[in-house]
Amino acid sequence: MEFANTLIDWLRPDWFFDLVVVSDPYNRSRYLAGLVTTIQLSVLSIFFSLIVGILGAAVQGAPSRTLRVLVGAFVAFFRNTPPLVQLYFFYFAIGTVLRITGENGLPQPLVSNFGWAVIALSLFAGALNVEIFRAGIEAVPRSTVEAAEALGYTRLQIYRDIVMPLAIRISLPALGTNLVNLVKTTTLAYAIAVPELLYISAQIWSEDLNVREMMNVLLVSYVGLVAVLVWVLHRWEKALRIPGYGE
Amino acid sequence: MAVLHPMRIRADALPLAERMFNLWTLAALMLAFAAVLIAPAFAQGSAPARRGVIEILLEWTPTLAGGFGFNVLISILSMAIGTVLGVLLGVLQVSPLRPVRSIAWLVTQFFRNSPWLVLLFYCILLIPFQIEIFGTTIPFPGWIKAIIGLSLPVMAYMSEYMRGAILSIPTGQWESAESLGFTRSQIMTNVILPQTVKRVLPSWMNLYAVLTMATPLVSIIGVSDVMTLTRAALSAEGRVDLLIPMYLYILSWFFIYCYPISAVTRLLERKYSVNT
Repeated sequence: MEFANTLIDWLRPDWFFDLVVVSDPYNRSRYLAGLVTTIQLSVLSIFFSLIVGILGAAVQGAPSRTLRVLVGAFVAFFRNTPPLVQLYFFYFAIGTVLRITGENGLPQPLVSNFGWAVIALSLFAGALNVEIFRAGIEAVPRSTVEAAEALGYTRLQIYRDIVMPLAIRISLPALGTNLVNLVKTTTLAYAIAVPELLYISAQIWSEDLNVREMMNVLLVSYVGLVAVLVWVLHRWEKALRIPGYGE
Repeated sequence: MAVLHPMRIRADALPLAERMFNLWTLAALMLAFAAVLIAPAFAQGSAPARRGVIEILLEWTPTLAGGFGFNVLISILSMAIGTVLGVLLGVLQVSPLRPVRSIAWLVTQFFRNSPWLVLLFYCILLIPFQIEIFGTTIPFPGWIKAIIGLSLPVMAYMSEYMRGAILSIPTGQWESAESLGFTRSQIMTNVILPQTVKRVLPSWMNLYAVLTMATPLVSIIGVSDVMTLTRAALSAEGRVDLLIPMYLYILSWFFIYCYPISAVTRLLERKYSVNT
């Protein structure tokens, strides 16, 4: 009856309150601080990656060939290299060189490790977003664009008022997948000692030696974060839905 | 009189591989970038015996190449294990039995929505360092646990791709095979799965590229791969002007390995894009 005892033990409600991140106030505050840092990383990276994606997709339609080649090189570079090595490159290689003289006269890094994490993640996800938005822009019917041009819209106005809103609706599923991957990729910031959720959990389990418990809490937290993002994207998709397209 | 010029519509822009930019021009661009960074080091006068950056890079290349080969080995083994498990899980996801389907769906969603680094930590810390079955001791060194850890999300993604591919096979195939007297498992192995290979191939190759780019994660959990060796080399040399060139060097290796894969993936996607 060992199995029955284990099952009853597991179903008892106070196992939740025995969790070290719930019962111990120090661990609880640390864990919540880590969660806030992860949410900050995710939100900032999502925001900047969307900007990079929209700008990159706009430049990819530019008449100048140099600009198109540059954006193509940027996208190919960030898509075909590991995000962790990109992060190391930004933080260790460029961050060591980019120093300013601080108030006490000694050289200090210009950008903190949190900043480099945001920059690296935004550029990585932004490059993927450029491809996604490019596919969305190409799916906008050419007749719509020609009609707008016949009405006297400039190129920027067409892009901002007509093409981009339609392209966002079309590319929303792929964009959602990319943003979910971005939230999961914020764990890479562990490697440069950003105090996000995984880093704090590693500190807690190395002190309290409760790896299995912290791992389960961590996995549930990330599934919860991803579920929140998926829900937000689902609501956005439903709000943008028009009859006659899609389902 | 002013005339409204027609806007040049860029919707028919050439695909990436056929533009002025391609692998060779990017390689040339990166070489030029590296040369611009390295050139000031040669501008110093008769400095006492300070080795050139390129000489240092070439000296460390055999070691780093060994590390990179280890990364490739980890990616191949993870891909193999993850593909086999993923195909199984995908087949279970379309099972007619409701509980089997639900459990398979749960497992897939769980491993899809977990960060890869967290799964790696899970495996490196919770898999025992050796297990004893029937008297024989099987050791689990760190890199084996890393391979298991990386194969779990690969399994989940393969399961999703297989589910999509199986559901895209016309129902007529199932019905005609059933009328010929095949059992369900025979239909799956002899009729359905061979047809899904072609549909799944571009996504599978893309997944391999993503997996290869995720293998440096194992350096965080203590496996000695190309990133560990790079950082060891940089701390051994101790030169600040070596940082950017060496990281760019490693990045270019990954680029040269992964760019052909994504180019072939795009080619295959376009070739097989017209489905029934």
